[in-house]
Amino acid sequence: MTVIKARFALNYGDFKLEVDLSLPSTGVSVLFGHSGSGKTTLLRCIAGLEQAAQGYLALNGTIWQDSEQHLFLPTYKRPLGYVFQDANLFSHLSVLDNLHYGLKRVKNNLGLIKLNQAVELLGIGHLLTRMPNHLSGGERQRIAIARALALNPEILLMDEPLASLDFKRKQEILPYLSRLHQQLDIPVVYVTHSQQEMAQLADTLVILEDGHILAAGPLSATQSRLDLPLAHDREAATVWQVIIAEHESHYHLTHVDFDGGSLNIPAVDAKIGIALRIQIYARDVSIALTEPSATSILNVLPAIINEFTEGRDGQALIQLQVGKNLLLAHITRKSLLLLDLQIGMPVFVQIKGTSILN
Amino acid sequence: MLSSEDLDTLLLTFKVAGMATTIMLLIGTPLAWWLTRTCSAWKGPINAIVALPLVLPPTVLGFYLLVLMGPSGVIGKFTNWLGLGTLAFSFYGLVIGSVLYSMPFVVQPLQAAFAMIGKQPLEAAATLRASPFDSFVSVVMPLAKPGFITAAILGFTHTVGEFGVVLMIGGNIPNKTRVVSVQIYNHVEALEYSEAHWLAGCLLVFSFTVLLILYTQLKASPVAQPFK
Repeated sequence: MTVIKARFALNYGDFKLEVDLSLPSTGVSVLFGHSGSGKTTLLRCIAGLEQAAQGYLALNGTIWQDSEQHLFLPTYKRPLGYVFQDANLFSHLSVLDNLHYGLKRVKNNLGLIKLNQAVELLGIGHLLTRMPNHLSGGERQRIAIARALALNPEILLMDEPLASLDFKRKQEILPYLSRLHQQLDIPVVYVTHSQQEMAQLADTLVILEDGHILAAGPLSATQSRLDLPLAHDREAATVWQVIIAEHESHYHLTHVDFDGGSLNIPAVDAKIGIALRIQIYARDVSIALTEPSATSILNVLPAIINEFTEGRDGQALIQLQVGKNLLLAHITRKSLLLLDLQIGMPVFVQIKGTSILN
Repeated sequence: MLSSEDLDTLLLTFKVAGMATTIMLLIGTPLAWWLTRTCSAWKGPINAIVALPLVLPPTVLGFYLLVLMGPSGVIGKFTNWLGLGTLAFSFYGLVIGSVLYSMPFVVQPLQAAFAMIGKQPLEAAATLRASPFDSFVSVVMPLAKPGFITAAILGFTHTVGEFGVVLMIGGNIPNKTRVVSVQIYNHVEALEYSEAHWLAGCLLVFSFTVLLILYTQLKASPVAQPFK
């Protein structure tokens, strides 16, 4: 499964990047971290845009860089697609010419098909004759994505494609990205500092801090690790993959199944059998020792305590196993003591709310 | 009215300026690109040499060129050895002198235009499979078009107006090295004020028209206005 192997060292004096990373060949790998953590630099190293970086990079067994052998494939020879933070369209070319710029230079006949698919998927067919200066930020970014996909690349690299957009534009593009996520058969490396984008898109999560990799692994396993700052955040949450089982429309509810149980979520307008991503905030999860019989909360599930740790300000963080899924709960330290919670203890979790990510 | 001799000098002037501008663009483009992109220690000295004619009295530059291109100068000996004779007091000597003298007027607008493009469009082009040369032609040149126009116009007009260098290395040979600025001087020397008026007026109208076009047609692009 591991198909991208990357090891880089880069020293800019006040900033050092030192990473050793393996990423899967499918799905979206999110490089997550604060600004200055090195996530964009790492992405640029993969693209070959940081020529000072020393190290090793191989994709699907093809070596793109090996500094020990003085091997460095220049960016224009790497079969990748890159989406820049600010779209970076050519201002002297129309949208159509922008889309065709890479296509003309790629020697493969799938490009045009991929471009047409991308134009449809991203809803930009009506913009083709415009000039980039006459587009909104969101439109520009969608064109930049289509321009990269038209290359029929072996990997798609995206550097905070939504960061320069306002909230409304973000909401406009995220569904497209989710759709892309479902339809793309190439690996995507996606840089962001937004928890929302991370939760919505990531299959693999790589957390960077000060030029180092803090953690890397499957999304929910990584976001529920108690030794990482992510789980301590007020917005800490776990993402579950669920499948629509039944609609209970008179209550405006949908039943979904996951590996080891089922949940009620707010009604979703989608067919039975469709896969969904839902997010459960740690602050919305409470714990009971016995199954609560009279409660307004619909989602009560048996769980086992995996691990816990004490947080700041009288808080306790608990990682639980629910079926095959992991779940985070933020409770008070007082409750932890009063309930005398122990590792391996079977309990019941009450989930007060869930949010649907796609 | 303009005499046929005056017309000849005008024609010769535009020939020299046209050829010099072509050569300056051919040399100046890679030079300006290199100066914009390089981190080499040579950047400073090369920049200084290119800009030197801006501050150097033209007679100084002309004097050195005369010495170098003359029969006992390095260039003169070389061209003699090639069987070309010496370049001093010849049409091509004039072109070479003009190229050196007007080079900063071509290189600097190009440098400004290239610098304004920045590295972002180039990175985008590289991720879209364009080789460095390809991206220069398909991205940098169209984006720097106002810079090229400015460079060509300034290089051309500056060459048309030169006097000191021409007098030092070209002299005053009719149909060979006698350009407009020298001809005006000749007229004034001979107290032919009305002839001088005609020629001077031609140059004034020409220069003003060119600048007018430069500042009105290209006003949308800040790189087109090197004096701001």
